[in-house]
Amino acid sequence: MAYSEKVIDHYQNPKNVGTLDKSKATVGTGLVGAPECGDVMRLQIEVDEATGVIKDAKFKTFGCGSAIASSSLATEWLKGKSIDEAMTIDNMTIVEELNLPPVKIHCSVLAEDAIKAAINDYRQKNGMEALKFEESVVH
Amino acid sequence: MLNFPIYLDHNATTPCDPRVVDAMIPYFTNNFGNAASRNHPFGWQAEEAVDYAREQVAKLIGADPKEIIFTSGATEADNLALKGVFEMYASKGNHIITCNIEHKAVLDTCKHIEKEGGEVTYLKVKDNGLVDLAELEAAIKPNTILIALMYANNEIGTVMPMNEISAIAKKHGVLVFSDAVQAVGKIPVDVNKDGIDLMAFTAHKMYGPKGVGALYVRRKNPRVKVTAQLDGGGHERGMRSGTLNVPGIVGFGKACEICMNEMEEETARVSKLRDKLQTELLKVEESYLNGDKEHKLPHVTNISFKHVEGEGLLMGFNKNIALSSGSACTSASLEPSYVLKALGLGDDLAHSSLRFGLGRFTTEEQIDYTVEQVTNTVNKLREMSPLWEMYKEGIDLDTIEWAHH
Repeated sequence: MAYSEKVIDHYQNPKNVGTLDKSKATVGTGLVGAPECGDVMRLQIEVDEATGVIKDAKFKTFGCGSAIASSSLATEWLKGKSIDEAMTIDNMTIVEELNLPPVKIHCSVLAEDAIKAAINDYRQKNGMEALKFEESVVH
Repeated sequence: MLNFPIYLDHNATTPCDPRVVDAMIPYFTNNFGNAASRNHPFGWQAEEAVDYAREQVAKLIGADPKEIIFTSGATEADNLALKGVFEMYASKGNHIITCNIEHKAVLDTCKHIEKEGGEVTYLKVKDNGLVDLAELEAAIKPNTILIALMYANNEIGTVMPMNEISAIAKKHGVLVFSDAVQAVGKIPVDVNKDGIDLMAFTAHKMYGPKGVGALYVRRKNPRVKVTAQLDGGGHERGMRSGTLNVPGIVGFGKACEICMNEMEEETARVSKLRDKLQTELLKVEESYLNGDKEHKLPHVTNISFKHVEGEGLLMGFNKNIALSSGSACTSASLEPSYVLKALGLGDDLAHSSLRFGLGRFTTEEQIDYTVEQVTNTVNKLREMSPLWEMYKEGIDLDTIEWAHH
């Protein structure tokens, strides 16, 4: 199976690889997936307290090229978005942007789950209730 | 000068040796006859070529030419051996013993036989990929008709002690079948010394063409018979109908002859390269060798790089190096290699494995390049791996509650 050029580009030049200080109240961390399944994603957001805008996003991913690309793309999209806007990122837009084949859709689902998990972590740290998300269709 | 891509997936298939192709070419055009045409020179010529190839093939495995049944490949030979014995020896029993790291062509055929009323024991291999001989003997029952164990494993390259296995089988009057696809042509295989009664092997794993293989069926001590699985003209002593693939068979014969003549020299050269590759890659932090260290093919190694996913790893260099991984990220099931899991590897290590299969045309320069590329990619991906970061922080990954998909 050949990878799309966009996947290859994110794999070779991943954006925003790294770690934010998870002890800070302004940082939300989402850790999703499992080593047994062959992919684990950790996605972090840092929210500007004054504006509520995501000012930084970082990821680390254990997984195939598509999983790495999905999380790299997600961090790019998150930066500069408000929390509300971030919640609207849908896995299918990641699929379209990266031209992921059907067998790789789970990588995009994982990225969407990581975004939601990071947002909920941030909300709970700041005294808000965790949001309940509908189960993604593809699991 | 390195030419790309470098091929290190010789367990999947091998290129045809140019000498093999040269031998085959006349049998596509001028000498196109049907080996079963008994009444004219075209047929005689084809038959003669097949007879000669049959001798070349038989010689490589220490068999009599009459004991070679040509097939379309090893999958067909596996099917013929297992189903053929199951049907032929139905009055003696219905129990077959095999193991859990066999090739799918054997495992799925066994599943089929179970549906037909057969009984199959799947022995669990030990952590080194070898069968426990005491367990094997204990599994034999009065209704056991066949022990089916692979000579060498396709993923980890471990070599089973066939002569010890067959000694146990003989003691209990049970036949031995071996899928020897990965072993024949690579290491000395002798059906008499090894006590094998039926054996499947194929040309394309030994620098011959695809689409031609053979089943060895013993004719003496004991005389073994299998029920044909294809109905037709009664070719191959009635065991495998169908017009013979004359060019393929000629190529198979030539491939066997070359392997026989050059095995010693080739093994010495390739095993040295394999050892270098293996030694260098095991210097990478948290890398693990899969399968037995001693009892293995000279050209194969399988290594897991912890906290890096195999398919992601391949992507770092698969434009230039052709390899395969035990990770099954591309399959819908997300299940990693059943062979590696059978060795007791956790799913994480199974997902992190690479299989290296060296070959006749592998050079030291290619190995040096591969070591460098694999090492660099592992390091790069570990910088990106949350698992590696946790491991480095001393977090026990088993204590984390993972969200399973």
